[in-house]
Amino acid sequence: MNTLIQTFLSGTWGTLSLFGVTLIGCLIGGTLLAAMRVSPIPVLRGASAAYVNVVRNTPLTLVMFFCVFGLPYLDIRFGSTAAMNSFVLANIALIAYTSCFVAETLRSGIATVPVGQAEAARAIGLSFTQVLSFIVLPQAFRTVLPPLGSVIIAMLKNTSIASAFNNRELISAMRGAIEVRGDIVIPLLLATALVYLALALVIGRVFDLLERKLVILR
Amino acid sequence: MFGDDWVSIPARNAREPFLGCPCERNVRSLDGMTANVTPDTGVPLVVMRDVQKHYGDFQALTDIDLSVARGEVVVVIGPSGSGKSTLCRTINRLETITSGTIEIDGQPLPEEGAALARLRSDVGMVFQSFNLFAHLTILENVTLGPIRVRGLKRAEADELARGLLRRVGVEHQAEKYPAQLSGGQQQRVAIARSLAMKPKLMLFDEPTSALDPEMINEVLDTMVELAEEGMTMVVVTHEMGFARKAAHRVVFMADGEIVEVAEPEEFFTNPRSSRAQDFLSKLLTN
Repeated sequence: MNTLIQTFLSGTWGTLSLFGVTLIGCLIGGTLLAAMRVSPIPVLRGASAAYVNVVRNTPLTLVMFFCVFGLPYLDIRFGSTAAMNSFVLANIALIAYTSCFVAETLRSGIATVPVGQAEAARAIGLSFTQVLSFIVLPQAFRTVLPPLGSVIIAMLKNTSIASAFNNRELISAMRGAIEVRGDIVIPLLLATALVYLALALVIGRVFDLLERKLVILR
Repeated sequence: MFGDDWVSIPARNAREPFLGCPCERNVRSLDGMTANVTPDTGVPLVVMRDVQKHYGDFQALTDIDLSVARGEVVVVIGPSGSGKSTLCRTINRLETITSGTIEIDGQPLPEEGAALARLRSDVGMVFQSFNLFAHLTILENVTLGPIRVRGLKRAEADELARGLLRRVGVEHQAEKYPAQLSGGQQQRVAIARSLAMKPKLMLFDEPTSALDPEMINEVLDTMVELAEEGMTMVVVTHEMGFARKAAHRVVFMADGEIVEVAEPEEFFTNPRSSRAQDFLSKLLTN
């Protein structure tokens, strides 16, 4: 029993590590993609739109295959150990993929910021980047917190795909446990589901709190 | 339609008449003392030459030639759709023009970029819909420009902002958010936000058109004070009382053209063009 709990704990830790790194990465990547999409430079707008449309419409599993087999093929490796390399590659795939959804969510939020505020900001001499970072994005983020929460929860569950690519996380931990204790498959499945549920509920709660704290009076 | 004390006021109360060429004039400063403001008689602050503006096939501005001297208050009036707001917005390039030239302080308006941002920081703009930053407090609305554009320290910017908020009479709302203020208060904050950049020129794009009647005067009072301190102003408005009281020149526009330019007294009592006569008669029968 103790070893089972140990297995699940290390699996949960693996899932949380993937989640944490990807969370930071996809918020940065998504913000950059959204900023490019609304920039006055046509090349950046086009590049962002093309990237989002290609990667968003590719299955995450395939994105991971590209990262796991494509990057080493180009002689790109990360970390000293195979485990580290797998971890970084899985994160790259998750960030590349989730950034698209963050960017699209954020873009819908940018559209809700009254254009007059951006004009007023330009009129006091702020540059495009300043208008975006001080006026438009802070309001856009607040507006899209509920759908952004869904994107982040989907990302949490998507970390499970990394299990197929030599990563230690919840699903691979569960598979290991089932190999040892084939007699309690259903309880093991339920336990895994419960951990995901608990993590997702915590994320949802955090977003609820943020939403309440950061609400913009209009 | 106008606040009651705005209609009966004689033109340019407490000031000398102003004839195209700016010369020394007396103005009443905030505390009622009389101060001498000597506008620069050199290069005009704003020069628009042969400006054309198209929206597709529609010509929004036609053959606009207008210059604004330092310290001058120019009020732009005309029926809706006559291009007054467009004209106002071309001066800080929120609207681009199709052809012609616009110079501010002797410099042609730069292309979009750092130089344009620098120029805009010297040109205040007040909008019909206030456009305060909804996620920032009143104080932060006013300090954003000084901190991010002028590079002031937060403490200096706060001091500057509180002084300006006091001047426009909303110092007690500094920690609130825009949506918690009345329209009139929001617009006065917007004026303070512009003033915080210490602009050479202020553009007002129908600043009272979105306000309830009882709030119009508080905003106009603030604007009159500004005018009396010698601020160069281009004001698009429907408030004829303000035009009479504070303007040096009235620019009457119709269908994207400047139809008539005159001193307020002259314009309101003896308009030359039939378009202006027609426009004024409609206002009076309202």
